[in-house]
Amino acid sequence: MVRVDGGGDGSGLVRVRGLDKKYQRGSEEIHVLQGLNLDVDEGDFVAFMGPSGSGKTTLLNLLGGLDLPTAGTITVAGDEITHLSGSRLTQWRARHVGFVFQMYNLIPVLTAFQNVELPLLLTRLSKAERRSHVEVALEVVGLKDRMHHYPRQLSGGQEQRVGIARAIVADPTFLLCDEPTGDLDRKSADEIMDLICQLVSEHNKTVLLVTHDPAAAERAQVVLHLNKGVLVEAQKAGGSAGAPS
Amino acid sequence: MKYSALILTNLLRKKIRTVLTIGSFAVALFLFGLLSVVQGAFNQGVEVAGADRLVVINKVSIIQPLPISYKERLLRVPGVKQVTHANWFGGVYQDERNFFAQMAVEDDTFRSVYPEYVIPEDQWQAYMSDREGAIVGSDLAKRFHWKLGDRIPLKGTIFQGTWEFNIRAVYQGKRTADDTTQFWFHYKYLEERENPYWKGLVGWYTVQVASPDDSVKVARQIDETFSNSPWETKTDTEKAFAASWAKQAGNIQLLLLSVGAVVFFTLLLVTGNTMAIAVRERVRDLAVLKAVGFSDVFVLVLVLAESLLIAAVGGALGLAGAKLLTLSGDPTHGMLPFFYLSPQTALTGFGVALLVGVIAGLLPALSAMRLNVVDALRRV
Repeated sequence: MVRVDGGGDGSGLVRVRGLDKKYQRGSEEIHVLQGLNLDVDEGDFVAFMGPSGSGKTTLLNLLGGLDLPTAGTITVAGDEITHLSGSRLTQWRARHVGFVFQMYNLIPVLTAFQNVELPLLLTRLSKAERRSHVEVALEVVGLKDRMHHYPRQLSGGQEQRVGIARAIVADPTFLLCDEPTGDLDRKSADEIMDLICQLVSEHNKTVLLVTHDPAAAERAQVVLHLNKGVLVEAQKAGGSAGAPS
Repeated sequence: MKYSALILTNLLRKKIRTVLTIGSFAVALFLFGLLSVVQGAFNQGVEVAGADRLVVINKVSIIQPLPISYKERLLRVPGVKQVTHANWFGGVYQDERNFFAQMAVEDDTFRSVYPEYVIPEDQWQAYMSDREGAIVGSDLAKRFHWKLGDRIPLKGTIFQGTWEFNIRAVYQGKRTADDTTQFWFHYKYLEERENPYWKGLVGWYTVQVASPDDSVKVARQIDETFSNSPWETKTDTEKAFAASWAKQAGNIQLLLLSVGAVVFFTLLLVTGNTMAIAVRERVRDLAVLKAVGFSDVFVLVLVLAESLLIAAVGGALGLAGAKLLTLSGDPTHGMLPFFYLSPQTALTGFGVALLVGVIAGLLPALSAMRLNVVDALRRV
């Protein structure tokens, strides 16, 4: 169950307490997140919405261990990541986080297969095992037949599917999706959201999604609004996780 | 090896740029190989000089002779083990461009003072029994397709007339660097035919000392022995003699070092710039690698590996080109008999190429390592 009041018992998958993030821009100090609390359980699908500059991506970066908070703690699956050193945080990220980016961020000189294989290069899996994992991930996103295609040979929606395959291939603890449909047309966006919902409902993945798109947010179990550095639970217009668009 | 695809595909991202950078390395290392070969050719005498040999020449100049009577006096100098002598003949074979060293030598002593030259015993006996006999180096014989029994005419320049010789022996060097392009014949044959002016004169002496540690002392004693005589001497170790001979062509080493330094510095700038551009172009890709869990050190090594691979491929190609060029031997036909790219030189060149690769890749690699993922992803 998702809570933003800091009242969770700490047994959830993600536990955020008193999270503060300040940036210095010249002489101006920007307080992006202010004492933010969040509890997310395994299998939850949470969407974060809010105006530009509200700190959605900053929150995602902090949860993914890409950035460090000014104050507060983030605990994921029992590991407090806010005090990990740079290299430990990198190792933690490899094991626990799957990133899905708005611009897909596939490496253009690598095939779909090689892009998806990237996170597995950090594991001790054999070549055959890596191959098997990559094929399963590409099968889940419906692109096994395109595994030898380069990103330039794929449509935007297909590229994002490869991005999702890359995010799930190492079976991370949770997925962080930063506007995954932001660069797609409506049809492709809906297909990507279908896929994300499928990961939640069929594979029990925990997904934290940042989006500007109300239709995409509507597919999440819980929608949280970030405003002036504080999280507020929003009322959903209808629908539930996994419901087709 | 699981990361090889990552390195290779990145290099092939801009094929023309990679090929041109590899080409820069290839050209630089080709030049390095060639310059080293030329330097080695000039210094060949220094490389192979015997530590236990001294060269005694006329104090005025090497072209001034010394009396043959000095031999007995040289043998009496303490520390001297053996003495031999030689005369520069300077003949022309068919055409002046067919240059090679020809020397009239004192047979038995010459052979024992220069044990690095190997002559089969039967051929030696054939040579000794023929007044017009000659011994030629294996490379010289190969160059002119000479074989045992061939009669070789040489047109004298210092010693007038046409001189004819019978090839009775072919010598080999024990080491790769030994000069096998020389032509030797009996001093007695020269003495018999030469102008009366030259009778009883030799070009220079080679003195073998009992202990190489005493070389300097013996050399001084020799020069003191003949001081204030009509034929004063100048004695040096064979190494110093060869070095001064090489220096007559100018300070080749300084020239080569200067050219080499400029070439490698330029290469460093070219490759450094290429790697910096390559890193700037893929900031997003490097940020993604870090985001999915690749460490800062991995990214550093990845960029360095690319730089090293360019250096290794380019360096190997350049050195292979230089080697290929030297396979056909001395292009001057006799001026640089030791025209050879040694494995040590090739290895040094390859090491220098890798070093340039590391240095050129270091700054871009460090900037890639320090790349902040959040900033990099926001930038694009």
